[in-house]
Amino acid sequence: MEVGQMQRAWVEYTRSLFREGFLDAQFQQLQLLQDESNPDFVAEVVSLFFEDSERLLADLTFVLEQQNIDFKKVDAHVHQFKGSSSSIGAQRVKNDCIAFRNFCEEQNIEGCLRCLQQVKQDYYLVKSKLEALIRLEQQIVAAGGSIPMEELSS
Amino acid sequence: MFSGDMATADEILRRSLTDEVGVSKGSVSGSEEFHVLAVDDSFVDRKVIERLLKISSCKVTVVESGSRALQYLGLDGEKSSVGFNDLKINLIMTDYSMPGMTGYELLKKIKESSAFREIPVVIMSSENILTRIDRCLEEGAEEYIIKPVKLSDVKRIKDVIMGGDGK
Repeated sequence: MEVGQMQRAWVEYTRSLFREGFLDAQFQQLQLLQDESNPDFVAEVVSLFFEDSERLLADLTFVLEQQNIDFKKVDAHVHQFKGSSSSIGAQRVKNDCIAFRNFCEEQNIEGCLRCLQQVKQDYYLVKSKLEALIRLEQQIVAAGGSIPMEELSS
Repeated sequence: MFSGDMATADEILRRSLTDEVGVSKGSVSGSEEFHVLAVDDSFVDRKVIERLLKISSCKVTVVESGSRALQYLGLDGEKSSVGFNDLKINLIMTDYSMPGMTGYELLKKIKESSAFREIPVVIMSSENILTRIDRCLEEGAEEYIIKPVKLSDVKRIKDVIMGGDGK
């Protein structure tokens, strides 16, 4: 694929992620923070988010497997997850966390377990999509092109 | 809350500081730079706030907890390697919900200290809880901003603080 094609693919893909609710305006904020002096900013933040999330999901799974569930702990983890997903604009994950916290408050085990499944699903989905997006960006840059951020506002 | 002339005041302030200080050689107090101490327990948020501040031409120090912040400021009772005179902080931005010491508790400690009580403190939180907001403002917080923090938030806060007491 030549650069122009890759750039168009990038625009289309990014637009679809926003349209389908995987990402929200906060992701655009992050893109604004990337420039020639910090060309890998988004990739770096996203990578931190992945690390953070895997840890949180592992902790959540562990706490919810216990005989006596410590709902305070569950809530603390979900609150963190909600925070980080919100900070990078991972909208579906953030919304899942909001629902999750409600079930925590009610100490509803079934509800929490369902939410855990849902948030895992949505996390892995957005993870693969972000990875694909970043790979495409790296290909564009490697081919000497630039990321056409300005195309998104049109 | 503030007049629309902040940009002008900002420019004047920046120009006069640059004229006074000139080129900085060696270790100076860095008074020409707007130095922000950011406190947040989240890896992701620390990375984002650091970039938001740097892109807004601020000098940034980021720490992961209230106790680290106090350590940095030399308020933890231990002997700090940085003397008060060398440490020039123009703004402290802290997350509210942190394990150990909350942003509110950090705010209180800062306002109780004679050395640092004049430094504006901004609280960041994902939760829009009125009683919490009131409590922070009553304790002397400059602002309580809702996360996720945006570039426009940082710009506005910096303009307000650099513009002087526009209240």
